[in-house]
Amino acid sequence: MAKKKESTLINMLVALFVITAVSGGVLGLVYSLTKDSIAKVELDKTQRAIDSVLVTDKPIAKYEERVIENLTYNLAYDDQDQLIGAAIKTYSNAGFNGKVELMVGILADGTINKVSVLSQNETPGLGANMDKPKFKNQFKGKNPASYKLFVKKDQGDVDAITAATISSRAFTEALRLAYDGFMANKAEFMNNTPIEDETPVEEEVPVEENNEMEGGQDNE
Amino acid sequence: MKWKEDKTMSNNLKTFTKGLIKENPILVLLLGCCPTLATTTSAINGMSMGLATTFVLVLSNVFISLLKGFIPDKVRIPCFIVVIASFVTVVQLLMQAFVPDIYATLGLFIPLIVVNCIVLGRAEAFASKNPVWPSLLDGLGMGLGFTLALTLLGCIREFLGCGSVFGLPILPETANILVFILPPGAFICLGFVIAIVNKLKKESH
Amino acid sequence: MTNYTISGSPHVHSTENTKKIMTRVIIALVPALLVAIYYFGWDALKLTIVSIATCVLAEWLIQKFLIKGPLTINDGSAVLTGLLLAFNVPAGLPVWMMIVGGIVAIGIGKMAFGGLGKNPFNPALVGRVFMLVSFPSAMTTWPAPKPLFPIGHVADAITGPTPLGLLKEGLKADGATVESIMKMHGENGDGTFIPFLDQIFGYHGGSFGEICAIALLIGAIYLICTKVIDIWTPLSILLTVFVFTGICWLVDPTRFIAPWYHLVYGGLILGAFFMATDMVTSPMTTRGKLLFGFGIGVITVVIRLWGAYPEGVSFAILIMNAFTPLINKAFKPKVFGVVKPSKK
Repeated sequence: MAKKKESTLINMLVALFVITAVSGGVLGLVYSLTKDSIAKVELDKTQRAIDSVLVTDKPIAKYEERVIENLTYNLAYDDQDQLIGAAIKTYSNAGFNGKVELMVGILADGTINKVSVLSQNETPGLGANMDKPKFKNQFKGKNPASYKLFVKKDQGDVDAITAATISSRAFTEALRLAYDGFMANKAEFMNNTPIEDETPVEEEVPVEENNEMEGGQDNE
Repeated sequence: MKWKEDKTMSNNLKTFTKGLIKENPILVLLLGCCPTLATTTSAINGMSMGLATTFVLVLSNVFISLLKGFIPDKVRIPCFIVVIASFVTVVQLLMQAFVPDIYATLGLFIPLIVVNCIVLGRAEAFASKNPVWPSLLDGLGMGLGFTLALTLLGCIREFLGCGSVFGLPILPETANILVFILPPGAFICLGFVIAIVNKLKKESH
Repeated sequence: MTNYTISGSPHVHSTENTKKIMTRVIIALVPALLVAIYYFGWDALKLTIVSIATCVLAEWLIQKFLIKGPLTINDGSAVLTGLLLAFNVPAGLPVWMMIVGGIVAIGIGKMAFGGLGKNPFNPALVGRVFMLVSFPSAMTTWPAPKPLFPIGHVADAITGPTPLGLLKEGLKADGATVESIMKMHGENGDGTFIPFLDQIFGYHGGSFGEICAIALLIGAIYLICTKVIDIWTPLSILLTVFVFTGICWLVDPTRFIAPWYHLVYGGLILGAFFMATDMVTSPMTTRGKLLFGFGIGVITVVIRLWGAYPEGVSFAILIMNAFTPLINKAFKPKVFGVVKPSKK
């Protein structure tokens, strides 16, 4: 067996340098090999969440992303450029332990399609049950125009999670935020025209959309 | 220091098996308790964490054993850490790319394998003093012992806390004892499992 | 026998023994049990019986088969643990959860440390907190009290939630004040908040053993008169809670409820007189007891007013239990017959 190297300055420097250099090289290699898959996985994750709340019998031809007042709207159109619905990333800060983030699918007529919980910090067994089908599936097919998005304790129509009224309230608050935002901007979403908002929406996007829209009309 | 030819087989076997039960890193040596307590909320999480650690442990043991003649004593700890950290990052990137679901639940704890006592402990206590082949076996044995303990804890906690094992529902949801998937349940479970192992060891002696 | 150590004189013989003490505490809890049965009927009685039976059986099994030591089942301490544990749950709790709680109280809270006298934490509270964390929904679903033979005007109006829970939840809403919440849930609402004098007789939701302050106080006075407990720990707890919540109330009466409500709500009286005074897990000297009570009072109020749970007495007692050895060390009794050397 080779004898241990003496701990001289030069030996130590060489050892450290070689080991860190080789490690760095290996890591760089692995990183470049996995970079693409990781990016794809990340993209898939968001897309899956969007898809999952917008499942209908209508095929979705294209998506469009808009950000208006802190909410991200992922608008889905069919091949005729008709609005099918929107997957809206919404939130509430009124959860029992802070922020609750939801992805809500709202169809063009305002009906809630599906809700998925993106992130929450609620108490396990209580508020965390908002991710259970029993609670979140009650919203499916309900139109907030006639269905009051408040828990029954607050004279609404929503069955709260047992012993977790606060979490249920936060959930409905996030839904109301998404619904109100969707209805306020619905006309523009329908026409597929850019929104004239004070917040600077990326300049290029409207141009492209116009082009696409014109292209669509030409085909008709 | 030379590995004796005639005893190789039995010694190798011993090197491998001692990590499983006799010197099990969790149940006997009590090393690496942070990931044990934090990630065993379900059987699959515990097993994934165990396997990720095993991967790092085997590779770091092999490479440190190879490099032991090259590393001067005074800088051995930084060198070990760099080697271990590199393998941990490799594991992290691979998991992120190919098993994103498990990465999502374990993500926070993967980088912590770097400071897992058992990895550095084996590098210092075994790999830096032994040839490559026994070091590999030692790493594998210790890693599998770690995986075994984590999977066992994960099974118990998942069964009591969620009523399922490896995601298979066994008990109805109303029968869940939530504390077992929360941090206090981890301590309670670990304590009782160690107590049982100690009792069994005592009786077998 | 080398088990006996002889301490310094004086040696005084006492007729007190564990069994006698435990029996007295159990007798002291009988009024509260009767009130619980009056309000919750069969449910309360059933849970009490199940809890006691589980605790006694668990202790017997563990001593007989695991520890293989002397059986101390006759000393009544397991009965008391079972009784106190049952007092700390809602009357609607499923029986199997009560059994789990009983096993945990005895198994983890007491026998894992070696049995009575060696447990650092109050076993009944260990069981209670375990259940609260494990079954958050069942442990905070309070059935409405249904008096067996209603007296007075409030009997029908009462529903489940505890006053402290309602306050905590209500105050999270914008613009809510203590007054508006009490009005909404007052006599004309669902009746959770009713006149103060009715509250102390127990007309509100809660764990079935803790609701009636009067019944618990009767038991407590009996215990103090028979010298099973002394007044210092409970006095210190109640005074701390009263003063602390009183200051908050004076600062902002819209956000904080008046201090006298804090005394009768939740498990404060039960905790202060029956659980914080547990001989094994509380300090031995008077000064130690005062400090112990002060700590419990402060932690209770902090949890009630700013914590995640509406009620914090059990957590507070458990946390201070952990400090008991330190307190005992800091406030050692004077050694008899030794003159302290003067510092010079």
